[in-house]
Amino acid sequence: MLEIRNLHARVGQKEILKGIDLTVKAGEVHAIMGPNGSGKSTLAQVLAGRDLYVVTEGQVLYNGKDLLEMSPEDRAREGVFMAFQYPVEIPGVSNLYFLKAALNTIRKNRGLPDLDAMDFLALVKERMKIMEMDQSLLNRPVNAGFSGGEKKRNEIFQMAVLEPKLAILDETDSGLDIDALKTVAAGVNALRSPERSMILVTHYQRLLDYITPDFVHVLSDGRIVKSGGKELALELEASGYAGLEWETADAR
Amino acid sequence: MSTQIDTIESLAEREYKWGFVTDIGADTVPPGLNEDVIRVISAKKQEPPFMLEWRLRAFRHWQTMTEPTWQNVHYPPIDYQSIVYYSAPKSKKDGPKSLDEVDPELLKTYDKLGIPLREREMLAGVAVDAVFDSVSVATTFKGKLADMGIIFCSFSEAVREHPDLVKKYLGSVVPFSDNFFAALNAAVFSDGSFCYVPKGVRCPMELSTYFRINAANTGQFERTLIIADEGAYVSYLEGCTAPMRDTNQLHAAVVELVAHDNAQIKYSTVQNWYPGDKEGKGGIYNFVTKRGKCAGVNSKISWTQVETGSAITWKYPSCLLLGDNSVGEFYSVALTNNYQQADTGTKMIHIGKNTRSTIVSKGISAGHGQNTYRGAVKILKSATNARNYSQCDSLLLGDKCGAHTFPYLEVKNTSATVEHEASTSKIGEDQIFYCRQRGISTEDAVSMIVHGFCKEVFRELPMEFAVEAQKLLGVSLEGSVG
Repeated sequence: MLEIRNLHARVGQKEILKGIDLTVKAGEVHAIMGPNGSGKSTLAQVLAGRDLYVVTEGQVLYNGKDLLEMSPEDRAREGVFMAFQYPVEIPGVSNLYFLKAALNTIRKNRGLPDLDAMDFLALVKERMKIMEMDQSLLNRPVNAGFSGGEKKRNEIFQMAVLEPKLAILDETDSGLDIDALKTVAAGVNALRSPERSMILVTHYQRLLDYITPDFVHVLSDGRIVKSGGKELALELEASGYAGLEWETADAR
Repeated sequence: MSTQIDTIESLAEREYKWGFVTDIGADTVPPGLNEDVIRVISAKKQEPPFMLEWRLRAFRHWQTMTEPTWQNVHYPPIDYQSIVYYSAPKSKKDGPKSLDEVDPELLKTYDKLGIPLREREMLAGVAVDAVFDSVSVATTFKGKLADMGIIFCSFSEAVREHPDLVKKYLGSVVPFSDNFFAALNAAVFSDGSFCYVPKGVRCPMELSTYFRINAANTGQFERTLIIADEGAYVSYLEGCTAPMRDTNQLHAAVVELVAHDNAQIKYSTVQNWYPGDKEGKGGIYNFVTKRGKCAGVNSKISWTQVETGSAITWKYPSCLLLGDNSVGEFYSVALTNNYQQADTGTKMIHIGKNTRSTIVSKGISAGHGQNTYRGAVKILKSATNARNYSQCDSLLLGDKCGAHTFPYLEVKNTSATVEHEASTSKIGEDQIFYCRQRGISTEDAVSMIVHGFCKEVFRELPMEFAVEAQKLLGVSLEGSVG
């Protein structure tokens, strides 16, 4: 599904990713953990195609295609979805209208006809159940005036409708209280499937109490310093990132 | 940031889609303006003496006036003596009696513009009084309207056929002394539309006029007069496209609306005159005076405009709310891209009791465009319980454009309620990226956001016009993202 080789990226003159190697197979859930400033979110943004970040070295293959050559919209149409850490407000554009436009461009790319308003509404209603979304949010402008929890929920709801192949969840747990976290995690779990890969970017282990990853990677100073199974997250929980940095320094 | 600006610049480039010139032998008066030219115009149009007299008075008054300079637009001085003040397509003796007699070149032009002149295309329910340069060439559906007592014809025809009505209402809302450009228009106006809807009649179709400037260096001086008698209703659409030109062209139109007791006039405009190229060369100078008089009780006048064209726009469709309980509305979308400048807004003058007005203005600036909202709300002493609500929103695309708001409020009656809201927002890189991450292209994202921004105004447009306006906005903006 996804193969990242020796990925280097910078923003401005500052190098943030310093050689990432990561392979994600279909159906796998990978958690990327690490302290603030380690490059977790940069990795997510680079995969989504944010042009603020310049890739200086390395390669990313997505289902055999050169992902870095594709525009952000083409990546999305090919099934790459990013749940934003800070979902953007778009005043004047209703959530429903936005989602329909997004879904239809993706369907078009898959060679499917546009969904008409009726079918779309039926699909939306079904997917809303997964996220326990309030229906009134559909007709409100995209994320405008949503609470932090509603925004994050809306991201996962969009994911449920758009059915991506590769979902990148950037700090989806940040700013959520425990109930909202449980709902979001339940939504994500419902969307796990053998065809769908996920990358969970998170600072805290607590998200992983609810979504069990197949692999955990620890990112520090732009490199993956440790990889393991779900138990690695628990180790981190106990020792913290500080011990880890010591370990990194030692490894050098 | 710099990538964002590059995107804006690369996108803010789109050729004017309707730039072409029709080759028609024009019947043209030499450039310059004096009393003789006015006499020629009046004679060519076979006008009765009162018209000539009025024009000459206007001209004499105009000579005492100076061009206004208070507006927030900048352009080189206009040489009024180098302008051609009359040009008409050559036609057979008394003008065409049907479309078959119309110059085929002209029909082709309309074809390109997509104006539905042919009867079969008229099934859409639009009667078009098409103004090509200065003479109306065809008026459709006139018969059907005439059966209901509705007069809808070119201004010249109205002057000849209905002189009493013209005499009674001409200049009654916008006197020739009103302002510099209105005076110039009164002196030299070439043609335009005239509509009278009699008592109690509801005009069954949207009346429509397409204006077009063709011959080079010909000023376009349209004059429109619409009267809705007691209890009458009329909806009027005005749409403009103009061909590609290098030299700036002056356009100084006047529109007067009169609504009597319980009458309602809805006036919608989609303005798409040639805006100049992306360096700001060429383009139309659009100095327009539009005003409606709610003369009777419970009367209502609504202005809806979508202004996307012209190099310079100077336009303030206004309402005089004389009748008690009368209502004035102004809904506007003004877009400036490249080097376009717009100074537009409205005036709501509350005179009668319980008069109400609503102003919704949406300004979009892209490229190096400068967009100014200028509005005045006046509540006179007599206007007990008057209410006004104003909302002025600006949307910026990129970092080289500007948005300006000048609201003037003058309240002389303490029972009045006046509200003003304003906002400025920017289409951000974050918003665009968010859309793109969901598979929506940059252009679609911009058009989606802009449309969302404007929908309160689009909602006021008649259906077919709303679609056109939306397309136009897309075309005018293709390319301006930030």
